[in-house]
Amino acid sequence: MIVMVGLPARGKTYISTKLTRYLNWIGVPTKMFNVGQYRRQAVKTYKNFEFFRSDNEEAMQIRKACASAALKDIATYFTKEQGQVAVFDATNTTRERRVVIMSFAKERGYKVFFVESICDDPEIIIENIKQVKFGSPDYVDRDIDEAIDDFIQRIECYKASYIPIDDDKDRKLSYIKIFDVGSRYLVNRVQDHIQSRIVYYLMNIHVTPRSIYLSRHGESELNLTGRIGGDSGLSPRGLKYAAALATFIKGQNIKDLKVWTSHMKRTVQTAEVLGVQYEQWKALNEIDAGVCEELTYEEIQEKFPTEFALRDQDKYRYRYPKGESYEDLVHRLEPVIMELERQENVLVICHQAIMRCLLAYFLDKAADELPYLRCPLHTVLKLTPVAYGCKMESCFLNIEAVNTHRDRPVNVSISRSPEEALQTLPTDI
Amino acid sequence: MMRGCSSRAKLTQNQGRAVCMTNCPTLIVTVGLPARGKTYISKKLTRYLNWIGVPTREFNVGQYRRECLKIYKSFEFFRPDNEEGLKIRRQCASAALNDVRQYLTEDGGHVAVFDATNTTRERRETILQFAEQNGYKVFFVESVCEDPDVIQENIVQVKLGSPDYTNCNTEEAVEDFMKRIKCYENSYESLDEVLDRDLSYIKIMDVGQRYLVNRVLDHIQSRIVYYLMNIHITPRSIYLCRHGESELNVKGRIGGDSGLTTRGKEFANKLSQFIQDQGISDLKVWTSQMKRTIQTAEALKVPYEQWKVLNEIDAGVCEEMMYEEIQENYPLEFALRDQDKYRYRYPKGESYEDLVQRLEPVIMELERQENVLVICHQAVMRCLLAYFLDKPAEELPYLKCPLHAVLKLTPVAYGCKVESISLKVDAVNTHREKPENVEVTRMSEEALLTVPVHQ
Repeated sequence: MIVMVGLPARGKTYISTKLTRYLNWIGVPTKMFNVGQYRRQAVKTYKNFEFFRSDNEEAMQIRKACASAALKDIATYFTKEQGQVAVFDATNTTRERRVVIMSFAKERGYKVFFVESICDDPEIIIENIKQVKFGSPDYVDRDIDEAIDDFIQRIECYKASYIPIDDDKDRKLSYIKIFDVGSRYLVNRVQDHIQSRIVYYLMNIHVTPRSIYLSRHGESELNLTGRIGGDSGLSPRGLKYAAALATFIKGQNIKDLKVWTSHMKRTVQTAEVLGVQYEQWKALNEIDAGVCEELTYEEIQEKFPTEFALRDQDKYRYRYPKGESYEDLVHRLEPVIMELERQENVLVICHQAIMRCLLAYFLDKAADELPYLRCPLHTVLKLTPVAYGCKMESCFLNIEAVNTHRDRPVNVSISRSPEEALQTLPTDI
Repeated sequence: MMRGCSSRAKLTQNQGRAVCMTNCPTLIVTVGLPARGKTYISKKLTRYLNWIGVPTREFNVGQYRRECLKIYKSFEFFRPDNEEGLKIRRQCASAALNDVRQYLTEDGGHVAVFDATNTTRERRETILQFAEQNGYKVFFVESVCEDPDVIQENIVQVKLGSPDYTNCNTEEAVEDFMKRIKCYENSYESLDEVLDRDLSYIKIMDVGQRYLVNRVLDHIQSRIVYYLMNIHITPRSIYLCRHGESELNVKGRIGGDSGLTTRGKEFANKLSQFIQDQGISDLKVWTSQMKRTIQTAEALKVPYEQWKVLNEIDAGVCEEMMYEEIQENYPLEFALRDQDKYRYRYPKGESYEDLVQRLEPVIMELERQENVLVICHQAVMRCLLAYFLDKPAEELPYLKCPLHAVLKLTPVAYGCKVESISLKVDAVNTHREKPENVEVTRMSEEALLTVPVHQ
């Protein structure tokens, strides 16, 4: 159980959402339990901050009940839904509340890791309120100044009873304290691998506004012949795309843009045309199709019909003989994701399967959707973090290219006919 | 995952300060009283950074002092009122910083670890100015510990064997060292959350129970912090071995995914017996996802974990070939490989350098764990061994990792004790030494000179 701690508007839900997304992406079943949502279920209409006053007995009962309901759902998630990590997102600002959570966990044998966010910078807090609170269901019919005022009073209600995790009294607990949005961290008693990964992740994320641009290489010679994998160069249209990409990037006026490519010719050639420094990552190489490298889908159906069917049955986990699976890709892309989190403006020039994995991380797409995400050639995706998620803008740069997207066919059984297998072959534009 | 150095940006002189670009060198500065593990941390960190491909060197001021003084008499040298002592110590620190500058600015080093007590704010200020003048980023690593048992153990493990105490008995040495620590205590100014809030540092408390991390500036600092937070000093042993002899091994073929021979199975059984005899508490067993390591682990009859990243190096177009066939089909590639075995990448395959990158999570998890048995492959084992024994890139691909032998690594003092245990089951030799002639113009016989015997 990861237990958030902190006054309102300290980024707890932001952290919870991001952490949950990251853990699920790397394959650790994780779910977030936001007590505020339980409260909104229970109390239908939010009037004002008075609900949160510490002397409001009725409200206190409701709030306690909500926390209990959330804990109950956590237990269900672990025991009945094979969850591995639960993120308990609430203020949890009193020692009393944390003791309740600890006993709940102890009774059931769950490990607890606290994440406390401490921040007293009024500018950050106001910005936070503007970004996420204003859009909240609680403030849907208010104007912005009203909302800010009310929320600030809400924070005051918690302040009097807020007892931060104590470095002395709580020295036996496992926790990380995040100060001033990551300027400083205090880490105590990391117990195991997953907590160590969580700490590493939390220490690498930031909230500085930036954009991440994802694009595939320009159309390649092998793309034109409908063959997968390989290491071919750009087609004439692919080169045109590279030039269009250079123009597009200049037009975006991005400060300090980093450009990353794989080690394969087609991404490197694309980056060369940009005329800026770029960094090559082997981890960004396209999925290794093993024995199917450089084959067309027709040839795969002819030579390896069983394998072809198995892949359609579970495209995420299926591993090409002597090759890789999407699941393997996610594993090797994890350092790329970590570095993307650390960086600010980055353009990643990569490949179809790679881009699907990266996109799935940013847009929180599940494993069964991931291998079917649409990542067409000659299209730049601009991802900008906003509130709790990512805004995505798709820019097709108007250079024609073949379609390389093959949807899941209706019949995935091993006994299917070749026509059924090849039903969803991409056709050229 | 270091991707090879990008070009170092030029440093421009500007009012006595060099402008610090994104790829500027990093100066890691240890801070702490004696016997707090600073040198242990410095050496381990240096070893790790070099292994992942970041040129790093440590500069231990105590060594400069020993050069200067030749003979250590007693703790009196360290007394804060010993003017002459102070002068010599200041000179030694300067000499060390000078060498740091040589290494980082002229010799292409990326990281320098400045290992000394650096317990006063004044001394640290001097270092910060030095770094600013030269365009280095500074990251402090402070070790704070008040547990007398830990300190005692520290002194016994590393101080008693120090050149300073070669002619003392244990009691004398311990007593003197304790007094030495006292000399620093009064002037010790620990990194302060308020006064030092603009510095980049990690404060390690009580051997890793707790960490305070402030202002991590870049990727390398983030990696250093992650590494430091994962290492521990609990005694344990790491066992490395290869799978039992495989069918392709006896045929002299590289790579592939074959099963064990009869002798290989015998090895697996002997390994099981060996592990039981070792009486290890809570042994974790890791294998790759290839048949031959899994079959070996199966014989142990204990739970084991499969790691894809422990798979043998991918020989690409040369998979399952004999060396003779590689020479026949790809004589150029064969020669290029002999010229630079560490960096050479098989067409459609991997290099040792790639291996190190994919093995980094294994190393990180090995650091976190306690007793582990890793059943892997020749090239993989060479990479892991090079990490533990601090072998450089040129030596790594030629480390001897024969079949049917177990290496037991036990951390001790500043390094690793290695015991090689042969389980006395015969196997083919798979070790090919670097031949004398590595030119692309060489003859077949010259290329195949060092190929080990096979069926």
